[in-house]
Amino acid sequence: MSYPTDRRYTKEHEWITPDGTIGITHHAQEALGDIVFVDLPKVGTEITAGKTLGTVESVKAVSDIYAPVSGTVTSVNGELATAPEKVNKDAHGAWMLKITVKNPAEMNALLSSADYEKFVSEEAGH
Amino acid sequence: MGAKMVEFNGWDMPVEYPASIGGGIIAEHTAVRTGVGIFDVSHMGDIRLSGPEALAAVQHISMNDASRLAAGQAQYSALLYPQGTFVDDVIVHRLGEEDYLLVINAGTREKDFNWVRDNTRQFGCKVEHLSDDFTQIAIQGPKAVNLLQKLTDADLSGVKFYWITRGTLCGLKDILIGRTGYTAEDGFEIYIPADEAISARVWNEILAAGKEFGVVPCGLGARNTLRLEGKLPLYGHEISDTINVWEAGLDRFCKMEKREFIGREALEKAHAGDLRKTLIGLEMIDRGIARDGYKILDSAGREIGYVTSGSPAPFLKKNIALAYVPPQHAAIGTTLLVEIRGQGVKAQVVPTPFYKRPKKP
Repeated sequence: MSYPTDRRYTKEHEWITPDGTIGITHHAQEALGDIVFVDLPKVGTEITAGKTLGTVESVKAVSDIYAPVSGTVTSVNGELATAPEKVNKDAHGAWMLKITVKNPAEMNALLSSADYEKFVSEEAGH
Repeated sequence: MGAKMVEFNGWDMPVEYPASIGGGIIAEHTAVRTGVGIFDVSHMGDIRLSGPEALAAVQHISMNDASRLAAGQAQYSALLYPQGTFVDDVIVHRLGEEDYLLVINAGTREKDFNWVRDNTRQFGCKVEHLSDDFTQIAIQGPKAVNLLQKLTDADLSGVKFYWITRGTLCGLKDILIGRTGYTAEDGFEIYIPADEAISARVWNEILAAGKEFGVVPCGLGARNTLRLEGKLPLYGHEISDTINVWEAGLDRFCKMEKREFIGREALEKAHAGDLRKTLIGLEMIDRGIARDGYKILDSAGREIGYVTSGSPAPFLKKNIALAYVPPQHAAIGTTLLVEIRGQGVKAQVVPTPFYKRPKKP
């Protein structure tokens, strides 16, 4: 799997584009299995870097989604409420929410696609 | 998303198979409900009791009535503590005149064997722990019989549910084949020698023979959702050393008319009193998934119980759960709340089992 270079990644397996679109990674969806439920914050919610912003559930597991950076939610992908399996089919296309990024400098602390790929392969080796 | 995914890396058995070979819990679950799936369930344990007093020993340590078993028949039963709570649930197979096989759970193997050995010393029978002697494979689903018949000379159409037979299977002589399972579906469990090469060969031959039926290898994830839809108890969840037979609702497998068995006295007393809790089925009304250990609240928000098993039900396409609550909250149709991440989410008490396999036409 090659990870798109147009965005940054977290060690908790989220991705974020420079304009503040957030989703979870291909690796995350694969580890979770069949995704059946996505719980996301309402538009206008303030999210804080490193804090839980929502939840994604597969048949077997519950996982928190963490905010890659701080910001305010401007849009939520409502399609995922009725078709959460889209995250399995195309994790990097099925975005979850959009935010206005509070402090763009926070993005610099996140992983590049190459670093994330390396991180995932090291994690799998454990 | 970090920590919770990592805990699955520790499994030495597949939770699910990759989507690339037809796997994934939903696909695996669906295959068993509509076609056929196979499970490596070698983790299950086996205890054999044989000898002139084997029946008396089995009767003493288990709650069902093994005297009703014909040779070649099996029954669901349980080993109980003197308090009437569960050591484990078991399937008792009567292999021959004086020959019984108890199939037990993986997590409780050592505890079960020690308990059986210690409580049968006064009987003239041999007790053997055979867990490591068998590879156990479950072939489950409405097409399981068609698949397995291709690989054995035993006439499977003559084997009723919860009966056993023996036959040559994949070239192996005298293999034990039981029409049993843990999926609430028709199916078989086979016991082959625990030799790695033989086990792998049989597994692959089953997969090859099952191709025309769309066979899918299934992991523990689907095994759990399948048994949950059928309300089959799981040790440590619906049954444990702190839950008694009446609370678990397993009355019909507990034969009080039997003369004596460990736990009987306590159960008789418990029967006269009020139940503290009872096992109910829940279906989520509002959006949310109940999970093991979540709290149950009454409509006023007071904590009244807990979820023992909860999951999306892949075949029923509902979010379901089993839970313990006091009997006054157990009436069908009662609305209760499941506490999910600090919020009370509405659910309704529904009849169980959630899924019952269709009767053959």
